Amino acid sequence: MWPEPCQKYSNSALRIDDQDTYPQRLVGEFVGLVVSNDWANAEYKHMVVRVHPKALEAYAGQMFHLLCPSPDGAEVWMRRPMSVYRVDRDAGCVEFLYKTEGRGTRGMAMLKAGDEFNIAGPLGKGFSLKPEWKNIVVLGRGVGLATLAPLAQLARNSGVRVTAILSARSPEVLMSKDYFESLGASVVTVFDSDGSSAVENVETILEGLIADSAADAFFTCGSARLLKLTQRLGKARGVPGQVAMEQIMVCGFGACYVCVRTFEVGGVKVLKRVCRDGPVFNMQEAVGW
Amino acid sequence: MVDLSVRIGDLTLQNPVTPASGAFSWEYNDVIDLNRLGGLVAKTICREPRLGNPTPRMAETEAGIIQSIGLPGKGIQYFLDHIVPEYAKFKPPLIVSASSEDIDEFALLASELDVPDVDVLEANISCPTRNTTGGNFAMHEEHTRKVVAALRAATKKPLWVKLSPNAGDIVSVALAAEEGGADCLVIANTFLSLKIRTDNFRPALGNKFGGLVSPALKPIVLRMVYQVAKQVKIPIIGIGGVTKAEDVVEYMLAGASAVGIGYAGFRNPTALVSIIDDLERWCDERGIEKVSDLIGAVRDDDMEMDTLAAASIGV
Repeated sequence: MWPEPCQKYSNSALRIDDQDTYPQRLVGEFVGLVVSNDWANAEYKHMVVRVHPKALEAYAGQMFHLLCPSPDGAEVWMRRPMSVYRVDRDAGCVEFLYKTEGRGTRGMAMLKAGDEFNIAGPLGKGFSLKPEWKNIVVLGRGVGLATLAPLAQLARNSGVRVTAILSARSPEVLMSKDYFESLGASVVTVFDSDGSSAVENVETILEGLIADSAADAFFTCGSARLLKLTQRLGKARGVPGQVAMEQIMVCGFGACYVCVRTFEVGGVKVLKRVCRDGPVFNMQEAVGW
Repeated sequence: MVDLSVRIGDLTLQNPVTPASGAFSWEYNDVIDLNRLGGLVAKTICREPRLGNPTPRMAETEAGIIQSIGLPGKGIQYFLDHIVPEYAKFKPPLIVSASSEDIDEFALLASELDVPDVDVLEANISCPTRNTTGGNFAMHEEHTRKVVAALRAATKKPLWVKLSPNAGDIVSVALAAEEGGADCLVIANTFLSLKIRTDNFRPALGNKFGGLVSPALKPIVLRMVYQVAKQVKIPIIGIGGVTKAEDVVEYMLAGASAVGIGYAGFRNPTALVSIIDDLERWCDERGIEKVSDLIGAVRDDDMEMDTLAAASIGV
């Protein structure tokens, strides 16, 4: 909308080959180059962005704050937070898997190979694996699978076995099955279309995994039902867990307190910031999705 | 080369670019070097712990965002014990924004903040979402005079007073704040706003009302700074819609000694540093040795000139 100032006020962002003039920084504002931005299926797109090496320090569960172009001529004022789908250190790229839903992601979907894309991050606290966890269960639905994918990679690198329960409306819109399998995860798919995604069925699967000592911890994202189920089962069976949450976000640095959610810690309701205290939280402290 | 420093009363800022309260915290040190800023402005502190307003706390509109946070915080003791030390690690002066709905409690808060690592008390008497009717001291000159006088008596720190753009006559409120003993006026807080969703007929924010944050505020707030600067003797900090170095120049020409920035830092986390760099370059290219020479330098004393003729020759 105001092209000249836009040029002016992003000039401290790091471009791919820039020298990092402030190496103490943990988080950068980066101007990357879109390598590809293709449809993964009818609803999801997969974007690969080449970025400054600093951005590749992102770990599982962390986010970037994306300055999405406008899809409609009016301004998209704020950045959109999105968890990293994959970091490809050899190619110097970060990847996002996203559903085109709101104005931000619709604008993002318009970017083409060669376009510049301003991303800030990596932000927040991601997933963590405790040394005593040898077998973990990840449960994801919809775009939550994109958030959980790097966890499967982290687990593989740490020698931890992963069972991935992937939930979707139907086999046609299921994402990332091949990717999870390529990372060595045992994949279980459940669908609304054949009723297998029903909570009772997923609960039976989880009980089986617990009985087989294959569930040292639960990790979930993308479904209130799966969160409730893993919370309940985790509490009853003593299985710890982590959940990745989302919320409307503004600054991304913990300053503005827009992205808060309610958590219960030691019986007391507290607000935590998704951008800085999360986006990954102790599953048992989460109050709803 | 270019001297970017400005004086606000007895305090010298190394440059006129500061963050706006509420849009900033020491946590931005993750992405920019905070030692480059003109000042550090802490999020408004209240005496009592507060959870803040219900979510959603932000909604986008055609002309910017509206937000309603509700001054969440862990109270004054936590602030003094845990947050002030975080800011004390950096060189720029610490400006602490504070708020209360009660004058006596506000004065107590001001005295509690009279500690060595706090350099300035910024009295937020204008938070548009302080309560659901949007009421605040800065809506009225009498209330402003009283609260500022009480704060003046309670602290020896420089006292900056943040005014409301929602007041009917901001010049009268500004004069009242000056009479009450303010050392500097911060103009202005956000504009009280409302968005209603047409998909479910509900207000878009959990608190119904929010403050508008947008580059669109700049011409309106600039007008307020200009009008107030003509009437008061104390310095002014302009806040509203600054997104680039030329906006800083514009505010200074109108009479501001410094600016505060919110939105631009949300959109581009490195914006404040970019703006400082650009401001130095802007001055250098024009042979302006001291940025403080821009304060109030608007050329408005020969306005009887035929405006059409002036426009045609590019004046």
